Amino acid sequence: MAKGATPQPDAPRPGPAPSGPSEAEKSVAATTTRNGWLLSLPALVLLFVAASGPLLIVAAYSFMSPGKYGGIAPGFSLDGWVGILFTRDIFDDTLKLADAHLTIFWRSVWLSLLTTAITFAVGFPTAWFIATRPPKSRGLWLFLITIPFWTNLLIRTFAINEVIRNEGLLNTVLMKIGLISAPIPIIYTDTAVLIGMAYVYLPLMVLPLFAAIDRFDMRLLEAGYDLYASRWAVLRRVILPIVKPGIVAGSILVFVPSLGAYVTPRVLGGGKNMMIGNFIELQFGQGRNWPLGAALSMTLLVIVMVALLVYVRASNRGTPHG
Amino acid sequence: MADRTFEIARLPGFATIAVLAFVALYLPIFTLSIYSFNAGNSVAVWQGWSLKWYHDAWSNAAVKSATVRSLVIAVWAAVISTAVATMAALGTTRRAAFRGQTFIYVVINQPLMVPEIVTAVALLIFFGVIKQWTGYQGLGYLIAAHSAFCVPFAYLPIRARLEGMDLSLETAAADLYATPWQAFRRVTLPLLAPGMIAGAMLAFVISLDDVVITEFVKSGGQDTLPTYMLGQMRRAITPEVNAISTVLLGLTVVLLTAFFLLTRNKD
Repeated sequence: MAKGATPQPDAPRPGPAPSGPSEAEKSVAATTTRNGWLLSLPALVLLFVAASGPLLIVAAYSFMSPGKYGGIAPGFSLDGWVGILFTRDIFDDTLKLADAHLTIFWRSVWLSLLTTAITFAVGFPTAWFIATRPPKSRGLWLFLITIPFWTNLLIRTFAINEVIRNEGLLNTVLMKIGLISAPIPIIYTDTAVLIGMAYVYLPLMVLPLFAAIDRFDMRLLEAGYDLYASRWAVLRRVILPIVKPGIVAGSILVFVPSLGAYVTPRVLGGGKNMMIGNFIELQFGQGRNWPLGAALSMTLLVIVMVALLVYVRASNRGTPHG
Repeated sequence: MADRTFEIARLPGFATIAVLAFVALYLPIFTLSIYSFNAGNSVAVWQGWSLKWYHDAWSNAAVKSATVRSLVIAVWAAVISTAVATMAALGTTRRAAFRGQTFIYVVINQPLMVPEIVTAVALLIFFGVIKQWTGYQGLGYLIAAHSAFCVPFAYLPIRARLEGMDLSLETAAADLYATPWQAFRRVTLPLLAPGMIAGAMLAFVISLDDVVITEFVKSGGQDTLPTYMLGQMRRAITPEVNAISTVLLGLTVVLLTAFFLLTRNKD
């Protein structure tokens, strides 16, 4: 395997190779391709077996009918896909719009959008603050954002749980200073899930925003102010358009995991306030409707892929400003 | 700074929001860590300092076996993902662009794009079938799953390191009649080592932190620390969970600091 790591002498070198330049070039290109693939093969196989490949099985399962005790019964059926939006009446077999499912989708999308908005509102000033620190302390501030980013999501969810639950830090402090007489019930509500997701995903917004602001040429601000722009006008007309790729990147990085969130709604939302991720799990657990779970997974995957596509489009268009 | 009357990069209120954001980020984590030293049974009422909960966690057999399992999986995942990521990085950098390179990038970065819950469900189904066929119930499934989703994290720093190295040193070695293997072993590998260590550390942290995929893939009695904690959160929470969290937190901070020092050396 290590052979592939050999440096390929670059083509135009008048080296010991006796063959003509064009043939040598061709063979170098061929070995490049072959070695590139050969060296990447173990990674590709690993990812195909334990990540990408099984997705195909999920796709196949979404077109079968549910088995009696979980699993699937062979045979083509669209029930999984129909079940995303409709429930079949047990008695007369008619289809009705499944309100409970719609509520879950709506909650997932709405909470994810709100999480993105909140993390942007907080993350943009934070990223700006870090990027405008003197070079010496900038690294430290950035490090302080990176630590939560790499810290176990479960631990951070648990930490915010400790703050907002009924006997938690927030309610205890508010009651001690006499602002409230009974704890505010936040835990196990949509608000709790929202606070948790905003807390957990904030670093994902700050880091790409920082990268964009860091490249921002501060002389443009001078130009703006010289032309009598107000702070607000400079922010809206100069800064925001230029750092737009960072805004798009941060929004996608927050929106995508929010939409597929599983741990945070499970811990902070209790059993009731499910999001798509928990709803999918339910189908593979107590729900025993694997085809529906598979169809839901595929739907989530497609939404995420569309979001990523929008991101790639936007970031390709957004660059030629600077 | 002081003698400037109009600070160009200052935007009103931004610094305040930023400082509040940092407080909001760290206050819950600090509270969590401090309550791990609580002498009482409660995560709400402070009853003085004590190491009771660390002691309790340490003498809890379930915690011990989950810790060992977490570490075994993380070490395997780090080693495997770093090995395949190194090869893939060697295959995809420092050479002319070739057909299919984009495909390779997409496959390698796939775990960063597909929602974890979807991969988790897919692996639950797929490994379930294999478990039935082969009867094998061991840690292999978790190790394979973790190795796979760690690949992009190991790949990125290795690739970054490789892109900063030009081919001249290897060419020089070849000119001095080093065999390809010697050139790789004596020139490329030592230069690449910091990137590989950085990649392995990120993979280790990522594996250690995983909840969702582990929760779906594990067989009975294969709890890792995070899935054990998730299970505990459904019951009455004692500061034991705080103690475990604090240790994990400390480990993450140490590894990250080392990672930053390692990657900074490059410049």
